Amino acid sequence: MRVVLAEDLFLLRQGLIQLLDAYGFETVAAVDNGPDLLEAAARHRPDILIVDVRLPPTFTTEGLKAALQARREIPKLPILVLSQHVEQMYARELLADGTGGIGYLLKDSVFDNEQFIDAIRRVAAGGTAMDPAVVSQLMVSHARDEPLGALTARERGVLELMAEGCSNTAIAQRLFITEGAAAKHISNIFVKLMLPPDSDSNRRVLAVLAYLNA
Amino acid sequence: MSIRNGLREFPARLRRAGGDLVVGVLIALGAMLSVCLFLITAYFVILFVIGIGAVMLPIVTKWVRWLCNANRRAAARAGVQVPVPYRPEPKEFEKDIVGWIRRCKWILTDPASWRDLLWLLLNSVVGMIGFLPAVVLYYVLEGLALACGLWRPILRAQGTGREYFFVPIQSQPTAVLGALAAAALFVAWVWYSPVFLTAHAHFTRLLLGPTKGSQLTVRVQHLAETRSGALDAAAAELRRIERDLHDGAQARLVSLGMTLGALERHLGSDSTEARRLLLDARTSSVSALRELRDLVRGIHPPILAERGLADALRALGLASPLQVEVTVGIAGEVPPPLESALYFAVSELLTNALKYSDAEHVEVNAWHDGAMLHAWVVDDGRGGADATKGTGLHGIRRRLATFDGTLDISSPLGGPTAIKMEIPCVLSSLKTSSS
Repeated sequence: MRVVLAEDLFLLRQGLIQLLDAYGFETVAAVDNGPDLLEAAARHRPDILIVDVRLPPTFTTEGLKAALQARREIPKLPILVLSQHVEQMYARELLADGTGGIGYLLKDSVFDNEQFIDAIRRVAAGGTAMDPAVVSQLMVSHARDEPLGALTARERGVLELMAEGCSNTAIAQRLFITEGAAAKHISNIFVKLMLPPDSDSNRRVLAVLAYLNA
Repeated sequence: MSIRNGLREFPARLRRAGGDLVVGVLIALGAMLSVCLFLITAYFVILFVIGIGAVMLPIVTKWVRWLCNANRRAAARAGVQVPVPYRPEPKEFEKDIVGWIRRCKWILTDPASWRDLLWLLLNSVVGMIGFLPAVVLYYVLEGLALACGLWRPILRAQGTGREYFFVPIQSQPTAVLGALAAAALFVAWVWYSPVFLTAHAHFTRLLLGPTKGSQLTVRVQHLAETRSGALDAAAAELRRIERDLHDGAQARLVSLGMTLGALERHLGSDSTEARRLLLDARTSSVSALRELRDLVRGIHPPILAERGLADALRALGLASPLQVEVTVGIAGEVPPPLESALYFAVSELLTNALKYSDAEHVEVNAWHDGAMLHAWVVDDGRGGADATKGTGLHGIRRRLATFDGTLDISSPLGGPTAIKMEIPCVLSSLKTSSS
């Protein structure tokens, strides 16, 4: 799998390259600023972009902006955004087009190599990977909202894991239920959030969006 | 001024003139009172100087200041702001004779007291101006009464008619002429009678307003207070950061180092123990990172650094479990220290709304009107917020005071609570976006 990486801190950039290398990814370009990122994305057409939110020269949201622009230029380009802190606002902006292939993780997540690599694979395949910190923030701030109010506690738990990007199998494992039960909960969630069965759109992403935009 | 405009303005001007009539009479009555107060004050000042009168002087001063403040308010009504110039009363006074003397000293050393005295003397003449609108109105009414037929009995009794506006009124046509003159005078009265009050207001400002010197004294006092407050706050903040680093991240990193040392010993010999230690080390590093992140957020929230005040406030709204509606109208860049103070203030107010007020819906409004930065946080909770009770609101007020800002609380029991913050500030032009 071919990766373009944008991270301004040298140590972290080298660490990520090594980590990706160890798991058989090919880092085709590693850049340290927004404009270079756009150029590298256009030239290499990677399978996934891994981007730090804060990049020079402004050290504000240069990376996030560049990633979103790259996605406008190359639709459905999978993006994994790494950040030192999580903001619900950024998660919203990333998920806004509703097509999936989005990840938003704290930088700490690289500590757990397996899960981090798993997240990269999921995002590259068009799924989502949201940091549990983002998801819990979302859950807190939308606990009073209408569509979510209809969910049972268990369905909420399932939705949380779904938002993090877990597969049915992973959800079943984490909640100690059978895969069939997990699938049942998920279909209940789809019904309650009024998401029509539509093979094209990614209903799991839409479910996450449903309460992002609630 | 076209006639149509004049007609449209007439009711408002009439009301204004009517109000000024009452205020004018009160001012004139106050002018009579001011003669008495001048004499009494002078009497007790002399008594104090020769040794007695320490008890009465503060009481008389209280009356004097009351009258002066009433005239300041009247001036404000005429559109002339007259700030109160008195030095703040020293807090603790002994109840004995020493205390009384110190009180008198506080009064006598305040230049404003002497200016009050001079004002009392002059106002006993100048204040009579307040009667003029009433006198003119009386003349108008007299003219109308004459025209309505009063001229007949007067003519009969005196032989010659009453003179009104240099016209002796002896017949119906002259009476109508008099009525016209009265009507013209009335219109002039409605339009121009507020001039008297304005004139008096300027006279009041001349003597009762703060002098440059007293303005500077008050300003210096305010700055000294807020500066020491700011220094205290900064020192406390540094101590907190030091303690958090010392007890938190630093300790975690030390333990991480020790775990890694132990790991080195076990490597190769005891793989299960090594695995456990590795897990420990990772947990330690994650915790250290989390603590550092919280610390950074407490010093300068990343969202503020990355996206500026408007988005940072919106993010606060998003992160709150309450329904928060955030409206921001700030066209330009707020200076960073102010931005940060306002962000933390709003953050704390949202937390308050969540914790104490039982609110469901909160509105956050921030806008800039050219000179002031305003921020309102209004919730639909049960009210009863009081800056004197907790430390939170008081703390925000103190922090805003560093920037000459103010915090107003309106929170009747039963709600709603509205907190209004105002900080004088000049915006710099908007940074051009990099995207």
